[in-house]
Amino acid sequence: MKDISCTVLILGAGPGGYVAAIRAGQLGLDTVVVEAVKPGGTCLNVGCIPSKALIHAADEFLKIREIASGERTPGITLTSPAFDLAVCRDWKDGIVNRLTNGVASLLKKAGVKTVQGWGRFRDGKTVEVETGLGTQVIRAEHVIIATGSEPVALPSLPFGGRIVSSTEALALGAIPERLVVIGAGYIGLELGTAFCKLGSQVTMVEATDRILPLYDPELTRPVAARLRELGITVLLGAKARGMAGGEAVIVETADGSEARLPADIVLVTAGRRPLTEGWGREQLALDMNGSFVAVDDRCRTSMRGIWAVGDITGEPMLAHRAMAQGEMVAEIIAGGKRAWDKTAIPAVCFTDPEIVSAGLSPEQARVAGIEVKTGQFPFQANGRAMTTESEVGFVRIVARADNHLVLGLQAVGAGVSELSSPFALALEMGCRLEDVAATIHAHPTLGEAIPESALRALGHALHI
Amino acid sequence: MGEYIIKLPDVGEGVAEAELVEWNVVIGDVVKEDSILASVMTDKAAVEIPSPVEGTVLWLGGEVGESLAVGSPLVRLEVSGEGNVSAAKPATQSRKPAEAATQAGDAQTAPEPIPRPKPASPSPPARADTRPAVVGTPRRDGGKPLASPAVRQRARDAGIDLRQVRGSGPAGRITHEDLDAFAETGPLAGDASGLRANTSVREIKVIGLRRRIAEKMALSKSRIAHITYVDEVDVTALEELRAQLNRQKLDNQPKLTVLPFLMRAMVKAIAEQPAINAHFDDDAGVIYQHGGVHIGVAAQTPTGLVVPVVRHAEARDVWNCGAELNRLADAAKAGTASRDDLTGSTITITSLGAMGGLVTTPVINHPEVAIVGVNKIQIRPMWDGSQFVPRKMMNLSSSFDHRVIDGWDAAVFVQRIKSLLESPAMIFI
Repeated sequence: MKDISCTVLILGAGPGGYVAAIRAGQLGLDTVVVEAVKPGGTCLNVGCIPSKALIHAADEFLKIREIASGERTPGITLTSPAFDLAVCRDWKDGIVNRLTNGVASLLKKAGVKTVQGWGRFRDGKTVEVETGLGTQVIRAEHVIIATGSEPVALPSLPFGGRIVSSTEALALGAIPERLVVIGAGYIGLELGTAFCKLGSQVTMVEATDRILPLYDPELTRPVAARLRELGITVLLGAKARGMAGGEAVIVETADGSEARLPADIVLVTAGRRPLTEGWGREQLALDMNGSFVAVDDRCRTSMRGIWAVGDITGEPMLAHRAMAQGEMVAEIIAGGKRAWDKTAIPAVCFTDPEIVSAGLSPEQARVAGIEVKTGQFPFQANGRAMTTESEVGFVRIVARADNHLVLGLQAVGAGVSELSSPFALALEMGCRLEDVAATIHAHPTLGEAIPESALRALGHALHI
Repeated sequence: MGEYIIKLPDVGEGVAEAELVEWNVVIGDVVKEDSILASVMTDKAAVEIPSPVEGTVLWLGGEVGESLAVGSPLVRLEVSGEGNVSAAKPATQSRKPAEAATQAGDAQTAPEPIPRPKPASPSPPARADTRPAVVGTPRRDGGKPLASPAVRQRARDAGIDLRQVRGSGPAGRITHEDLDAFAETGPLAGDASGLRANTSVREIKVIGLRRRIAEKMALSKSRIAHITYVDEVDVTALEELRAQLNRQKLDNQPKLTVLPFLMRAMVKAIAEQPAINAHFDDDAGVIYQHGGVHIGVAAQTPTGLVVPVVRHAEARDVWNCGAELNRLADAAKAGTASRDDLTGSTITITSLGAMGGLVTTPVINHPEVAIVGVNKIQIRPMWDGSQFVPRKMMNLSSSFDHRVIDGWDAAVFVQRIKSLLESPAMIFI
């Protein structure tokens, strides 16, 4: 195969890689992106998007079941709804296909060449790609590593058979009767809750003493309550020790006793790790930062002309962080003056109810030595929340005590994922409590809780 | 027999490629372990690449001047033993050098990582350290400037460090207007003290007298090897005499300054050291010693420095010198000095009077060979052998053309003037 020479070569077409490629293409750089599977990476193919489709279907199904049983939505009656996983999966795959094809055509439109196959560094300037037609050698002035991350396997529960990662869980042939989820982080909770709503009997096993260990208890309390309500068993402080007879998970519980949890499927969501092997890292001399590739505030690695974006570069492993990095790197390569100067990377858990967090929590601010004012406004006092039968949760604002600069915004409640946008905007624009309070938020919406939380921090909330 | 591929190693500074600057071997050469194969250049240092094994050069990886990527093949050697070509993957285990050395006889069989090259010139700075580890960790509020993303981007594009910009917005937020103000007036814009940086630049053509002064000074400084000699002179007696003379002066006599006395002292000293009163034509290599002592006296005028000349000071007494000085000074200030008044000096006096300071380093008026600088008269405590007594002291800072006046002669000249001024009666003998 004839060698390809280009200006920018991107390894991986996930959110970081494809955004870098599109932007580089838009800026007129001769760009090639190498992808082994389909564009979109974990996010589009086996992560954010398909899981949200499944969660949506599960939510709708539960709602209809509750309506059928007369539990909610006054005035509507119906009888025995049913769920067909195969149809749901086709629908979900259809969405994924639309999106991945969409990315492919965006790349094309930006003039980016896509090479399908597994890429591997030969040296600092050359990548070999195993394509269906043989080995393609690509030489580039700049190489952007965007290889992403993969689910972490537990030594006691290696993937295979009943033991699956989130990837396989999204493609199951049937709803498992008994599902054991190892790890009560956001991925485990999202999928565990969805399968519960679709009919599985779910047990969650978490090694620490609470669910969502990365979020503060105030935010996670409504989620824990909802898990109980849904009938999900949560074993905290419990460690999975292995499988017994291939059918039950052996768990050492918090009190030290051993329990056996029969499982048709064991979903291991013990976190994700950067994909640092398999693409020829050993041919390079990259400085590492723990298990991540070390980068500076311009996403430069320790080797000139080699860049890295996305999960490979560290926490938080989030698609929108990768996209922002990818865009930045493309612009730097094109000669722009850019550096990572973001104030906030919002994070969302599509649990039930949803959690969103941007900036500092009150505790994080205190740890940083900042004196803060906080204000919290419950959805119980919000008209829109009442009319959608979702009064659980609140919006919380964290600001400096001295100049009222907003440092963080968090919320828990149904549909609060959409509040991540005003949260991030407020932080990035450097709003003060007064700015947030003085902005008109449309009535009746959940968003009204945002200025109310600011007013409450200032000591004069109107609606509570 | 096997083949051993030597790849371009990581040359130490996080570079992805390096330029080949020299081959120390040609195809067919037999190289020993550690003999230098090639030199490569990164932008920081030249690095020599040694051979990790013994063998015969089969192939070279490029021409001098080409850039090679780190990790690409540099040299292929034929070696006894198996070589490393069949090895599928470079060894990932880190074997200790000692361990490798024990297998030296057979070392070629191991796909041993290439030893780190020794930098040929000062070792490159250690990397790792200066860069922050990883982006994405939540940023602390700290001293980070507060600005919207659009303002941050504008600042970056304009090369402005936002930490230097004062924010006028709420909570010290930097607005677009703050950025405009900063771009216009610089770092101190809008500072509470009311001070503002003045970045204006006025363009002034160097013409006329200023240009002549500039050329003359450049000529003097570039050609003459100056030596400056400073000594202090006790002018108490001279000042008493001067005051006396000024009190008793006739109406048609000028008020005397120190300069006429100095001029007369110079005339006397020059009589003993004619080499001081000379022009050195350095192009021709000829010194012209003048019999006449024509003393230029540097004078400040509104347009700049001029040097009117008191001609034939040897033929003038103190009063006459003073009168001529006054005439020339008035003419120079009025701009009516004739060409003759301003040319033909053989030695120069420079004096800033009350502004004279402690010491000056006078620039010789080319092609002369000496200039006498007068510093300010000050009362200083002097030790008379038993006590400190207040004396009127004045420094003389004199420069000489060291090409033609030796330091000794310069010192003798100044000491002679000093002794004359300290015993002013001698001036009149």
